[in-house]
Amino acid sequence: MNTSSSGMPDFPLEARAVSPAVVSPTRPLYWSVRRELWENRSIYIAPLAAGALYVVGLLISLIHLPRDVREIAMMEPAQQSTMLSHYYAHAGMLLVLTGFLVGIFYSLDALHSERRDRSILFWKSLPVSDLTTVLSKASIPLVVLPVIVFAITIVLQLIAFVLSTGVLLTTDAGASMLWTKLPLFQIQLGLLYSLTVMVLWHAPVYGWLIFVSGWARRATFLWAVLPPLALCVGEYLSFHTTYFTDLLLKDRLFGFAGRAFNLVAPDGTPVDAHFIPVAQFTPGRFLSSPGLWVGLIVAGALLFAAVRLRRYREPI
Amino acid sequence: MTLEAASPGAMQARATPVVEARGLRKTFGKTVALDGIDLRIAEGRILGLIGPNGAGKSTALNAILGLTEYQGALRVLGRDPWNERDQLMLDVCFIADVAVMPRWMRVSQALDYVAGVHPRFDRGKAEGFLAKTAIQRGSRVRELSKGMVAQLHLALVMAIDAKLLVLDEPTLGLDILYRKQFYDSLLNDYYDLSRTIIVTTHQVEDIQNVLTDLMFIHHGRIVLNCSMEEFESRYLEVMALPEQAATARGFKPIHERQVLGRTIFLFDLKNNGVDRQRLGAVGDARTPSIADLFVAVMGEKASGAQGVAR
Repeated sequence: MNTSSSGMPDFPLEARAVSPAVVSPTRPLYWSVRRELWENRSIYIAPLAAGALYVVGLLISLIHLPRDVREIAMMEPAQQSTMLSHYYAHAGMLLVLTGFLVGIFYSLDALHSERRDRSILFWKSLPVSDLTTVLSKASIPLVVLPVIVFAITIVLQLIAFVLSTGVLLTTDAGASMLWTKLPLFQIQLGLLYSLTVMVLWHAPVYGWLIFVSGWARRATFLWAVLPPLALCVGEYLSFHTTYFTDLLLKDRLFGFAGRAFNLVAPDGTPVDAHFIPVAQFTPGRFLSSPGLWVGLIVAGALLFAAVRLRRYREPI
Repeated sequence: MTLEAASPGAMQARATPVVEARGLRKTFGKTVALDGIDLRIAEGRILGLIGPNGAGKSTALNAILGLTEYQGALRVLGRDPWNERDQLMLDVCFIADVAVMPRWMRVSQALDYVAGVHPRFDRGKAEGFLAKTAIQRGSRVRELSKGMVAQLHLALVMAIDAKLLVLDEPTLGLDILYRKQFYDSLLNDYYDLSRTIIVTTHQVEDIQNVLTDLMFIHHGRIVLNCSMEEFESRYLEVMALPEQAATARGFKPIHERQVLGRTIFLFDLKNNGVDRQRLGAVGDARTPSIADLFVAVMGEKASGAQGVAR
């Protein structure tokens, strides 16, 4: 080998390893996210409760599953996949809705509860920056909840699949159609795609709520909802137009669907939302839509403002 | 190798004061909370910051801790607290109030979290402090008594190898037993000459024997700043019988009050130039309590010169 390495055998490297540990910047972030989960147990309890509700519904529906399967068997093959998907899609819809609601209410409280209970003085006594704190809180609706929703939905769909197979095998309906026609993998891929698209599209909504939670002294819900509402009403009263209503309410809440999916099937009929085939995904159109990028910039600006604001915040 | 790398920084810290402020000023609207304070706190001191409510004590501490914006120059351990709070908190700990521990948190979670985010936290040490208390690892903060929460917070803080500890009313609302324990463990298990402590409290009798330095603050200004040695040699309290009162007044006390038919005079020996022995002849002489000096100095400030010569 070369001479320098034999002359100084590994010593500098070892010394560096022993010298005072440099704190990894991700470590405070990791613990701050765990802290959020300790404080806000609804982040996982609410999705788990929704999952339990789904299982109860599933168990009851298993009674009439053989009859349903016999009916589906008489339909044309293209419709069979969609009809079989319903139960599996319902798990995703229920969990996505739960996750969305939890995310909204979590964000509205994110930077408010620490001021209300005065614990902000405890958090600020530790070497955790305002940036880390705000990022850890933003990561709950933007990363943690989607992951929890995805994981629980996958488990629910597997439970549904195993139980359905079991029930069908004991009856004359048979499980062969379920096994051959149910596009389970495509459903789960669609769920992953939908969650990603939704979180990117809704990022400014969460950003706004987190900003308001850090800004308002009280009544965070009113401060979050009334200004946009006033804008919409004011516009309508003044100009009889609904530009802001369309932009803020309709487009920002539901606009991702029309951009991320082609909702018209090749034969010209509308796609059933329970099962959207991968061929109908339009990630290119979604990624090239200005609304996505404007939204992400707004989300970034709001979170940046929340970081700056937290420096000035004290107990209320 | 490690030692060599660490020692230049340590020596530098010894040379520069822990806290240095010049013209520190803070206003809330028209209210002046801090009116251009100059401050220099050296390493290894235990400073008591005493003042009436609204005097600016908490504002001064908040400025030092990076919790509030200010005008003027302020350096804490060589850093700008307002812009570098998170870095500063590697070397500074504070207990801002008795009730800031999050109520939902479990004791074990508090240990986990501080161990996770603070590189200078010694978990074993904190566990050792907690072992001496009745605090259960699985309890939530809301289930603990006020005194136990203070014990928990102190256990966490004392397990952090910090250079500066700031205590703002750490024992408010605690009974005398907890208060005594609090300061005892602070002195016995935490304090050494490389650490600096700043404490504010209204229970000044608790800290009279703890402090090395004393500072009175009133209307945003420092009205007294001395070491405890200076305090003891400068101020004298004399309890005089009625017939001696006139003589005592001749020595120009800064304050007098009546207790059980006797008059207690407080003298500032630096200002009136009278020596201790002559005052001792007037009545029983002793070092005043901080509280009595506080009343004397503040009373004078509040009412101008209330027949008290200066």
